[in-house]
Amino acid sequence: MVLKGTAYLRRYWQLYALLILPVSYFIIFKYGPMYGILIAFKDFNFFQGINGSEWIGFDGFKEVFAMPDFFKVLRNTLMLNFLDLIVSFPAPLFLAIMLYELKIVWFKKLSQTILYIPHFISWVIIGGIVYQVFGTQSGMINNILMSFGLDAIPFLTDKKDWLITYLVVGVWQSAGWGTIIYLAALTGINRELFEAADVDGAGRLRKIFSITLPSLKPTIVTLLIINLGHMIAIGFERPYIIGNTAVRDYADVLSTFVYRIGIESGQYTIATVVGLFQAIVGLVFVLGANYTSKKLADQSII
Amino acid sequence: MRDQQASRSFDVINTTLILLFVLLCLAPFIHIIAISLSSARAIMSGEVSILPVEINWGAYKQVFTDSSMIRSLGFTVMLTVLFTVFCMLMSIAAAYPLSKTKLKGRKVVMFIIVITMFFSGGIIPEYMLVRNLHLLDSIWALVLPGLISPFYLIILITFFQGIPDSLEESAEIDGSSYFRTMVSIIIPLSMPVIATLSLFYAVGRWNGFTDTLMYITSPEMYPLQLKLYQLVNNNMVSELMQAEGASGGQMLQPEGLKAASVIFATVPILIVYPWLQRYFVSGVMLGAVKG
Repeated sequence: MVLKGTAYLRRYWQLYALLILPVSYFIIFKYGPMYGILIAFKDFNFFQGINGSEWIGFDGFKEVFAMPDFFKVLRNTLMLNFLDLIVSFPAPLFLAIMLYELKIVWFKKLSQTILYIPHFISWVIIGGIVYQVFGTQSGMINNILMSFGLDAIPFLTDKKDWLITYLVVGVWQSAGWGTIIYLAALTGINRELFEAADVDGAGRLRKIFSITLPSLKPTIVTLLIINLGHMIAIGFERPYIIGNTAVRDYADVLSTFVYRIGIESGQYTIATVVGLFQAIVGLVFVLGANYTSKKLADQSII
Repeated sequence: MRDQQASRSFDVINTTLILLFVLLCLAPFIHIIAISLSSARAIMSGEVSILPVEINWGAYKQVFTDSSMIRSLGFTVMLTVLFTVFCMLMSIAAAYPLSKTKLKGRKVVMFIIVITMFFSGGIIPEYMLVRNLHLLDSIWALVLPGLISPFYLIILITFFQGIPDSLEESAEIDGSSYFRTMVSIIIPLSMPVIATLSLFYAVGRWNGFTDTLMYITSPEMYPLQLKLYQLVNNNMVSELMQAEGASGGQMLQPEGLKAASVIFATVPILIVYPWLQRYFVSGVMLGAVKG
């Protein structure tokens, strides 16, 4: 039955009516800001608004690319993401394999329950905890170090030590939750493989390296590519909350920079340019990652 | 025999290591609880690590008698409920028509939605929009901009598509309109995924901080995270002052009070944690398998 024009609408109008609000939402709150990107090409001020402000073409971009601070935050973004990739990426893999090998069911379930908790804790709360644990004067770790007669380590105020804090907190927050995807992949392993390996006299480690790890390879590769695709994207809350002015040399990243110069200092044009730069490069990275994934694993990630 | 022994020692080492990781995962929480229950003197002298020293409940009394803290908690609960209800209404309204593959114009709408997963205007244009809509410093600034997550929407669409067509067709034959079919057939059958996505939205809102920092200026509308951040940030400032050799002792909030506030903000999440865990794991699977 093919309906045309008004007859089609009369039959399906309810479905279209349902879409009105959601589509309006996307137009206003998602495409509206895309219109606001014009700020990047204008000498924006509040009194004249986006339309009334004067066009400056690519002068904003020229100014940004001449800012040493811009390259510093770009470097920091890539550096923090890269270090995170080295430290936080393998952690859930190891943890998942260890959990998979656990024999006692209740202990396995209890461990998972506890290891997932940090994922649900907000960065603000984590920030409060970090101060109490890593603080120089009264932090738990330094209390312990000093009770052994060692020097306190300025985990929050020395930029190199702060990197350790940033990474450790990242592992603490994400490693447990990250195991889920690996554990799901592991349920797909054919148990007969292990039985066959037993017959051949393979030990536990042998089985991990010959059966468990290879069966996780597609998952690992896919997750790695997704991570590489997000190298220039960085959340705001983790570096902003755990960072502070003393470690800004390392802690200031694209997202915190945009907030600081835009919302706090009112240099809207510059901040919009930096945001646009990040969005475009990010898009290229993600599309590149997807292309690689298609070629490599014959699997689209988007 | 030797193989069994090797396997046994593997189990012992593995179990011990996991136990260690679990304890490391909990240690920060235990430390904060210990701090929140200890006397100011014991905290300052660095005696408190895992167990409270000179136990007292003073910090908690202070938190619970602080009317701004209670008001902040109430506001956050209201905000989270409002946000989650709006999100789900909008998501369901979008997902039901979009689950009908034959609907004309569906591809266009999907395209409009999917584009926003890959490209966004950025922080400043979003701020300008909220400002131009005169939403700054109102609860709607924290509700409206995040109403529909395309990722969750796709999960919902996929779930709706998995419901057998025959159920809907029989309702249609009985003369049921699309509205009625949606309300009386589709939604009741989708309660598990609706519960899951509601929790996703609710936790995201409860823990959300960036938009509260950008959009809210009146203290009476500080959500819990923003309120807590101010307390903690005050902490950071003192750490910096001490690092620079200044004595900034007088203005500080007592450590115990801060720790108690952290616990105060954590407990609501821990109360709903059993549900969170169950639904979130299933939600991740939904996303991983079908998305």
